[in-house]
Amino acid sequence: MKAGRWIAGVLLGFALAGLALAQGGKLEIFSWWTTGGEAAGLFKLFEIYKQKHPGVEIINAAVAGGAGSNAKAVLKTRMLGGDPPDSFQVHMGHELIDTWVTTGFMEPLDQLYREYGWEKVFPQGVLELLKWNGHYWSVPANIHRANVLWYNKAIFEKYGLKPPKTYEEFFSIAEKLKKDGIIPLALGDNGIWASTHLFETVLIGTLGPEGYKGLWTGRTVWRGPGVKKALETFARMLDYVNPDHAARSWDQANDLIIQGKAAMYIHGDWVNADYLAKKFSGYGWAPAPGNYGVYDALSDTFGLPKKAPHRKEAIWWLELVGSKEGQEAFNPLKGSICARTDCDPKLFNPYLQWAMQRWKTDTIVPSLAHGAAAKESWLAAINDTMSLFVTNRNVAQAQNMLAQACVDAGVCTR
Amino acid sequence: MRRYRRVAFLLLAPSLLLIALFVYGFIAWTGWLSLTNQNDLFVPHVRFVGLSNYLRLFHHPRFLIDLKNTLTFSLIFIPGSLVLGLVGALLLNTGVRAEGLFRTVFLMPMALSFIVTGVAWRWLMNPTSGLNLIFDALGLGFLKSGWYTDPAVGIKAVALAAVWQLSGYTMALYLAGLRAIPQVFYEAAEVDGASPWQAFRYITLPLLTPVTLSAVIVLGHISLKIFDLVIAIAGISGGPAFSSDVPALFMFVTTFQANRFAQGAAISIVLLVLVSFLVIPYLYWSLRREVAE
Repeated sequence: MKAGRWIAGVLLGFALAGLALAQGGKLEIFSWWTTGGEAAGLFKLFEIYKQKHPGVEIINAAVAGGAGSNAKAVLKTRMLGGDPPDSFQVHMGHELIDTWVTTGFMEPLDQLYREYGWEKVFPQGVLELLKWNGHYWSVPANIHRANVLWYNKAIFEKYGLKPPKTYEEFFSIAEKLKKDGIIPLALGDNGIWASTHLFETVLIGTLGPEGYKGLWTGRTVWRGPGVKKALETFARMLDYVNPDHAARSWDQANDLIIQGKAAMYIHGDWVNADYLAKKFSGYGWAPAPGNYGVYDALSDTFGLPKKAPHRKEAIWWLELVGSKEGQEAFNPLKGSICARTDCDPKLFNPYLQWAMQRWKTDTIVPSLAHGAAAKESWLAAINDTMSLFVTNRNVAQAQNMLAQACVDAGVCTR
Repeated sequence: MRRYRRVAFLLLAPSLLLIALFVYGFIAWTGWLSLTNQNDLFVPHVRFVGLSNYLRLFHHPRFLIDLKNTLTFSLIFIPGSLVLGLVGALLLNTGVRAEGLFRTVFLMPMALSFIVTGVAWRWLMNPTSGLNLIFDALGLGFLKSGWYTDPAVGIKAVALAAVWQLSGYTMALYLAGLRAIPQVFYEAAEVDGASPWQAFRYITLPLLTPVTLSAVIVLGHISLKIFDLVIAIAGISGGPAFSSDVPALFMFVTTFQANRFAQGAAISIVLLVLVSFLVIPYLYWSLRREVAE
C-alpha cells in the first residue's frame, strides 16, 4: 500500500515536471527569412540559442514571400487577435514605432540595454532610431546600407571610368555609355519599392543628410525647391534606365550587371549577397553619387510583444540577438554588418569590411523604402506617387502627392 | 402544412443565423467602418466622418485609374469570353468525333487557380522572353508588345489571360444551352426556307439569351472582383503607373500595408454597389420570369 502511494507520488511528480517543461520551454520567432543567407543566419542563431538554453523548443514561424509584405499582414492579424509570437522581425524606426509601439503592443527594453551596455556599443544614430518617448523598443540584429553604387568592373575599366561622386559626373558617364549601347543604370521596379529606394538616395544627395532627415519631421518642406530638384534629377536618371524595368525584380536587375549589359546599379547591400550567391566577382562599389559621408541605414530588429506567451525565452532571444557572439554569427551569413561597432572585421567579406568602417564615421540617416524613416501608410502613399512618376515624369503632380502624403501622415500642415 | 413550415424554418435557422452574422453582419460592419476615421491600427478617438473616405477615394488618382481599368477589363473579358465560348460551342455542337476530348481540353483552364494562370501568363508575357520571341521567330514581329510592363497595355494583357481561362466555361454553358433547343424549331425553319444564318439569328441566339445572361452575371462578378490574376501577373504594385491595378488590389494594399482600414472598407462598399448594379436587375428579371411562368 505504502509503495503504491510512493510510486503514484513519484509518477505525479514526473508528470508535473514534464508539464512544466512542456509549457515553459518554447520560443516562437516570426520573420520573413525563408531562403538563402537570411535563413542560414537565422538557423545559426537558433543553433547558438539551443546551445545556451537546451530545454527550449524553437518554433520557426517564418512566412515566405513579398519581401515581408505577406509576413507583415499575417503578423497584424495575430497581434490584433491577441496571439503574438514571442518575438518578430521588424524594421527599426517608424515601421516599428508607429505600427506597434505608439499603439501599445510592445514592452520597453531599457533594462536589457542597461544590463548589457548596449548604449555604448550601438552608434548614436541607431540609438536615436530605436528610441521613442525616452525608451528603447527593439534590438537591432543587423545593419544594411541602402545608398551604395554597384558597378561592373569590366565595363568601367574598358571605358576608363571611376565611380561618379556627383550627379554631373553620373550623367556624363551615363551619356557616354548610352551612346555605346550599354544600359547606364539598372533598375528592377516590378516591386515599386525599388524606385522609392532609388529616389531616396537622390533625396539624400540633393538635400543632404540633415535636409533629408527634416523631411520626416516636417522641418524640410516637401513643396520646396530641394524636393523639386530631387524629382527632376530622378526623372533625368530614369532616362538612362533599362526599358524593361517594370518587368524585373531587384535581383533580376542585378542580373543585368552580372551579364555585363548594365554598368551601374544603385541599390542596397543585399546586392552583395546576391553576387556572392551567383558566384560573380567582377563588381566594385562606392557610395551612391551625392551620398559620400552618409550611411542610409535600415535594420532588422526584434522586440518584445506585451502578451508574448514565453516571455523569459523571448528575453533570452533578445539578449542573443544583441550580443557580440550572436551578431558575429548572424551577419556574415546574412550579408549585412553588425549593428554593434565592436564586431571582428576579419569575419566579413571586403565589401562588408568597407561598410563596417563607414558605419563608425558616416552620418546615419534612416531609410525611407525600408521602414525606418516613415510609417507604413506614409510609405505606401510615397510608393503610389513613385508608381505614377516613374511613368509620367510629372514633377508638379508628384510633388503635390508627396506633400499631401506628409499631411495625411500627420507630420506636415500643408 | 403549418407543421411543415415550422420544421422547414427550424432546419434553415442555423444556416440563416450564420449567414446573417458572417455575411450580412460583416457587410454592415464594413459599411459602418467606411464611415469612420479608423485609418490606422490604433485610433484614439474613433468617430463618424460621414462620406469623407468616399470623397477622398474619388479624388485619389490611383482609384480613378482602377475604375477605368475595371471598365477596360470588363469590356475585353466579358464579350471576349462570350464570343469565344459561343464559337467553340457551335463548333463542338456539329457532332465532331472527339467531342468529349475537345470539351475537356477547352474546359481545363477553368480548373486552374487564377494564381497558376497568372504566373504562367506572366512568363509568357515577359517582354524579353516568352511570346515576343515566338512572334519574332514566326515573322510576326508587329504583334510584339510590352504587355503588362507597357502602361498603354496594362490591364488588357491581364484580360487576355482571363479570357483564356474562362472561355471554356462559357463554351460549356453555351453547349448545354444549344443542346436544350428543341430540334423542331430548326426543322420548321428549314421548311420555311430559312438560311443557316437566319436560323442562327432568329432561333439560336434568342433562345440562348438566358445562358448569355447568367454567363454575363458570373463573368461580371469576376471582372469586378479580379485580384489574384492581377497580382500574379503585374505584381503587388499594380504595374507601371497602375496600368494593371484594380480596386480589389488597391483595397488589399491600403488595408494590410498602409493600415487604412476605413479607406479599404470604403473601396469594398463601392465594389459592392457596383456588383449590385449587375445582380439586382438580373434577379428582378429572373424573378419576374418565374412569376410569369
